[in-house]
This record gives sequence, structure tokens and C-alpha cells, in this order.
Amino acid sequence: MPQISATLTLADRVGACKARWGINRMNFLVPPGLYAIGEPDAQAPVVVTANYKMSFDLVRQALSGRDVWLLVLETYGINVWCAAGKGTFGTGELVRRIEKSGLAEVVAHRRLILPILGAAGVAAHRVKQRSGFEIAYATVRASDLPGYLDNGCVTTKAMRELRFNWYDRLVLIPVELVLVAKPVVPAAALLYLAAWLLFGAAAAAAAACAFLGAVFTGVAVGPAFLPLLPTRSFAIKGAFAGLLYCALLYALAGGEKWGGAATLAAFLALPAVSSFYTLNFTGCTTYTSKSGVKKEMRLGLPVMAGALFAALLFVVAGRLLA
Amino acid sequence: MKGFRYLEGVATLELERSLCVGCGRCTEVCPHQVFRIEQKKAVLADGDACMECGACALNCPVAALKVDAGVGCASGMINEWLREKKFPGFGGAGGCG
Repeated sequence: MPQISATLTLADRVGACKARWGINRMNFLVPPGLYAIGEPDAQAPVVVTANYKMSFDLVRQALSGRDVWLLVLETYGINVWCAAGKGTFGTGELVRRIEKSGLAEVVAHRRLILPILGAAGVAAHRVKQRSGFEIAYATVRASDLPGYLDNGCVTTKAMRELRFNWYDRLVLIPVELVLVAKPVVPAAALLYLAAWLLFGAAAAAAAACAFLGAVFTGVAVGPAFLPLLPTRSFAIKGAFAGLLYCALLYALAGGEKWGGAATLAAFLALPAVSSFYTLNFTGCTTYTSKSGVKKEMRLGLPVMAGALFAALLFVVAGRLLA
Repeated sequence: MKGFRYLEGVATLELERSLCVGCGRCTEVCPHQVFRIEQKKAVLADGDACMECGACALNCPVAALKVDAGVGCASGMINEWLREKKFPGFGGAGGCG
């Protein structure tokens, strides 16, 4: 039985930081199986988590100073919430892992402690039927586990509540920036080339920078200021952030010299780009529903595409008439 | 969720109260406090807070809950759509692997 330390090393922290920036993120995992924290006996609680190393590290760190069994499921390096959505943090894998690790011989009790966000993949009554183990969905956050254990394994209201504060949102932004860079950099290059052919180098650089700024607004500014932006729709929140960005650009980057066509195009296209990227942030939250996002996409994507098309028309018409 | 609400009137969550045995599992798994137990049976106290994760329906021992479960993720849906339409270069990993 591997015994693990509950203290994180510098290497663990560097690894987590790199994963936040998308470096080695899909390969940041630990082998699944049963681990011992401290010196657990046959009565010690069994905590279940995913094999994403960041999840594993958060849990073992939270359980520092305690004697606990940690059952790590094979989720292919994906966190509990996303793996539950995919079903890899699921009934089948949990039952399989219980059998494979010989948990029934290691502990005398038949109780497992699962994260609440894992419930989307695990059917507690089926696990009970198939393995004899009873499931308690304990807390949303790993950091509440000590409180849960000290509270006689009873979940309080606060342990059940999701939150999405400034830090929770900001910490998600680096990897989002890295992920959008792949499609956005070639798009910016294409835009630069097209604008260069039509208007010359200076205008091309301005257009490409304005576009990159709109992407940044949608990916980083929209999510960071999420609760301050108006309406519940992510598309509208993003469009609003993009509109503010464009107004700021107009004020600070000599907007009065842009000319009518370019100004109109900027105020149409830049908010559309920001809107699209803030809408993409729905996947990073834990409160948007599939039906809601579908509705936003059905209504929002045609408007965004229309705005981009109109912006293009204005620019081309402006060029032809000039 | 404190400080955050998503669109109203879109969630597909349905509770068949006559089937409910009042075990309270739904109140335990729902991270948005959508359910409450009243007179030994579950009620939808706040259906609009539902994010359609499907945890309640999956964990309901008597199948009293129905929801079109999925992930509310725009890029995931776009990637899925592009894959279905077999656009080249979109077979790979999305944001969440």
C-alpha cells in the first residue's frame, strides 16, 4: 500500500502552476488505486477522488495530520467535476477500483466519502448494490473535508454551497488564454494580411491589435468581472465588455481619425468577438445549464456572425467608395 | 449560487412527486439547493437554479427525477458540432480534454 505525504513539495506546486498555464496539463496525473495518508487502520475513513494530480494534491493536503484512506479513481487526469460529467468518475470505475484495490479487506466498515460534484457520475444506490459500500456525498471543496470529519461526517449548509469568487475565476483565465491562442494567432495573422492588402501596414497592425484586444476582453476581462456585467446571459455580458473595450480604444487610440466605416466596423466586430469568447467561459463555471447555453448559442451566434459580416461590408464599402 | 443566477425558465428538470420516497438523496447531491423535503417528499424549491448536471436523477433510487443532463459549455458544444460535421482539424482535445 503506497503511503503518501500530506505536505506538498515545491515540485507539486510548480506542476500545479504549469497546469494552470496549460503546460503538461493533460498529463498531470497520479496512478489510480488506494493510498494511505498517515497511518489509517480498518476503521479509518475512505475518501474518494480523481487521479488529476491537482485534485489528488488538494485532497491529501487538506487531510494533513489525519489517518485516512484515499481511493483514487482512474479519470485519465481529469478533475472530479469534468470526469463525473464524462462518466469516468462514475459508478463502473468506482466499483472496479473498490474490487481491484481490495478495499473490502483493508477496512472493516462499508462507507465511502465522495465529493458532492462527483455525484453527477456516480449512482450511490447502484454502488451499494454492486459493492456493498454506502456512499456519503460530503463536501464540494476538498478544504472542507477536515471540518466534515470533525463534524461527525455531517455536511453543513456551507460545505454544500458552490462559490465562484474573484480568485476562483481568475485562476481559470491563464489556461483559457493559452487554449484560445491556437486558433486566434492564425486568425490575427490572416486579418493583418487582409488589412495590409487593403489599407497598408499601419491600419493592418491596428486591426490585428484591436482584434487581439477584443479576444483578451472576452477571455479574461468578461470572466473576471462576470458578476458586475449586466444581464445573466454570458453572450450579452461579453458584448457589453467588448463595447466598453471598443469605446476605450476609440477614446485612447485616436478614434476620431478612424473614419466612419472603420468606426462602425470596430463597434460591430469587436463586441461580437468578445461576446463569443465570454460565452465560451460558460464551460468553466458550475452554474450554467446545457439548455441555457444552447439557448444563448441559438440566439447569440447568428447575431455575432451578422455583426462580423456587417463590419466586413462596411470596411469593404468604405474602401470602394473612398 | 451566491451572487450568480443563470437564465430563467430553461432547465429541463422534472420531479414526479408521486414516485418520491423522501430519501433526501437529491438534497444531498444538488450543489445548487434546488430541492427541499416537504411532508416527507422532495419539492423543487428553486428549479431555475438547476444546471442540469444530472446528479439528482442518477442518484434517485426510484427514478422520480428526469433531466436532460449535460455540460453547459459553449466550446464543448461547438467542438461536438464541428466533429459531427467532420470539419478537418477538429477531432482533437477541447478545453476539458
